Amino acid sequence: MSPRILPYLLILPVTLFLCLFFLYPFALVAQQAFSNGAGFTLDNFRDVVTYWKFPISLQNTLLLAAAVVPVQLALALLMATMVSRMERGRDLVLYVWTIPLGISDLAAGIIWLAIFEQSGFLNSMMTGLGLVDQPVNLLSYQNPGMVFLAIALAEIWRATAIMLVIIVAGIGLIPKEYYEAAEVFGASPWKRFLRITLPLLRPSLQTALILRVVLAFEVFAVVAALGGTLFPVLMGEIYAYQFDLQNGRAAAALALIVLAISIAFTLVILRVLRVPKGATI
Amino acid sequence: MTATDTLPEAAAAPRKAGQYVYAASVALLCAWVIVPLYLLLINTLSSPETVNSFPKSFIPEFDLGSLQFFAGFEGMLVALKNSVVVAAMTMVLSITIGAPAGYALSRFDFRGKELFRLLILLTRAFPLPLLALPLAVLFIRTGLDDTAFGLALVHTTLAIPFAVLITFSLFSGIPVELEEAAWTLGCTRYTAFTKVVLPLILPGITASAIFAFVISWNEVFAAAVLTIENRTLTAFLLQTLGEAPLHLKFAGGFILVVPALIFIFAVRKYLFAMWGIANR
Repeated sequence: MSPRILPYLLILPVTLFLCLFFLYPFALVAQQAFSNGAGFTLDNFRDVVTYWKFPISLQNTLLLAAAVVPVQLALALLMATMVSRMERGRDLVLYVWTIPLGISDLAAGIIWLAIFEQSGFLNSMMTGLGLVDQPVNLLSYQNPGMVFLAIALAEIWRATAIMLVIIVAGIGLIPKEYYEAAEVFGASPWKRFLRITLPLLRPSLQTALILRVVLAFEVFAVVAALGGTLFPVLMGEIYAYQFDLQNGRAAAALALIVLAISIAFTLVILRVLRVPKGATI
Repeated sequence: MTATDTLPEAAAAPRKAGQYVYAASVALLCAWVIVPLYLLLINTLSSPETVNSFPKSFIPEFDLGSLQFFAGFEGMLVALKNSVVVAAMTMVLSITIGAPAGYALSRFDFRGKELFRLLILLTRAFPLPLLALPLAVLFIRTGLDDTAFGLALVHTTLAIPFAVLITFSLFSGIPVELEEAAWTLGCTRYTAFTKVVLPLILPGITASAIFAFVISWNEVFAAAVLTIENRTLTAFLLQTLGEAPLHLKFAGGFILVVPALIFIFAVRKYLFAMWGIANR
């Protein structure tokens, strides 16, 4: 077969598949969001945005992302640097640290429910230590801070691993010579981290942050397991529109809003962490 | 006693302290991952009465009551089966569709290559489960609604960017010279691929297939939107979150976690290779 056609034949299945199940549904979502059955309208967006739950679920989603992603980034960088200077037990430690990568958000929510629920382990520990007399209902509307903390901890616990994997792979690509040269010139470990690791890690940081931020806006099952209706988030509202309210157009409009936020953040991250043209390791 | 004798000792003390801090933080971070899993294990291996009682013991009592309740719960085993079927379909679909593209990206320079890579990267940056909303309508029209295959198609959209990028990085790791040598020895492009490249790539392909399986196994939102009668395990658990007793939730969570533990162990060697080259 001619080498000129072969690559196109090879990418044809993926392209067709993505057109059918990625681009086409997107067109459908957009069409649904902007229509009222008869013609073009912005009513769906107006309905969604003026609904009393919209500001609070938007605020919750953004706050959660703002609280979770920086902690995850710092934690993943810390873990990755720790692993990179490890001699013995590196594989075992990496395996343990990447376990949450395979755990679904629903399972993670359930795991942290075991800790935070009223007869759970946190309450058992607090009564055991004599901090409280009887178990407290931590996940109730009287403790909004605790609900937020539980959800944030579950998210940090679950999704730091994906950043860790990307960053460890990125650090592995940085030539050792740079570190040796820096050591010769007397750079401290902290300085080496700031001046070598961070700048050369930019492409990996870009990937890691985009993936994490987009996924953070999609937070859904963790919240459903831990907070239920106490902590409305955007994705949960889409689900509610689709099922409880049977309003597909509103669900589509809200979906487009989530999409717009994701794209905006992706562009910001791409811009801030851009790799200068021609700069390679 | 001279100054030169005492110097290394003085320097060694803080370094030793640093070593302890380092080891302690590694242990602490390991505990941070493992302890919550252990607590879930305790709840799973306790009788339903213990799970709902207070205070909790920090040692499991090895009672299979909760798991038996889980297995006996109406519709649960069917949901478990559905999850496995959908994940297996996703695995097969995403590799058969994705791997050829990964090969093309690693071996050929062709017009539109950058555009194609952009399309793949774009899918990764989008909140894909949202696609389930229009597809729900589309599937009703085509008769794919509430079927394992329909859901597998959506999960394949989730898994395919990973399948393409992972196989791309795997194929790039195999020198093209090996293939060229096979050609000079009388292999066609096809036999060179099956006899030389495929055996080398097979473990990596398996790893990325497992990755696709895990993505589908864990997916909640699209599964909940697209299935009604044939719910997968995640969708079933999500649906029953409101009214289900605690021991059912914990046993279900545990069943969700177990394959993940095994799969991550199976693919651990490839996790990093997957991301290293695919990043650039």
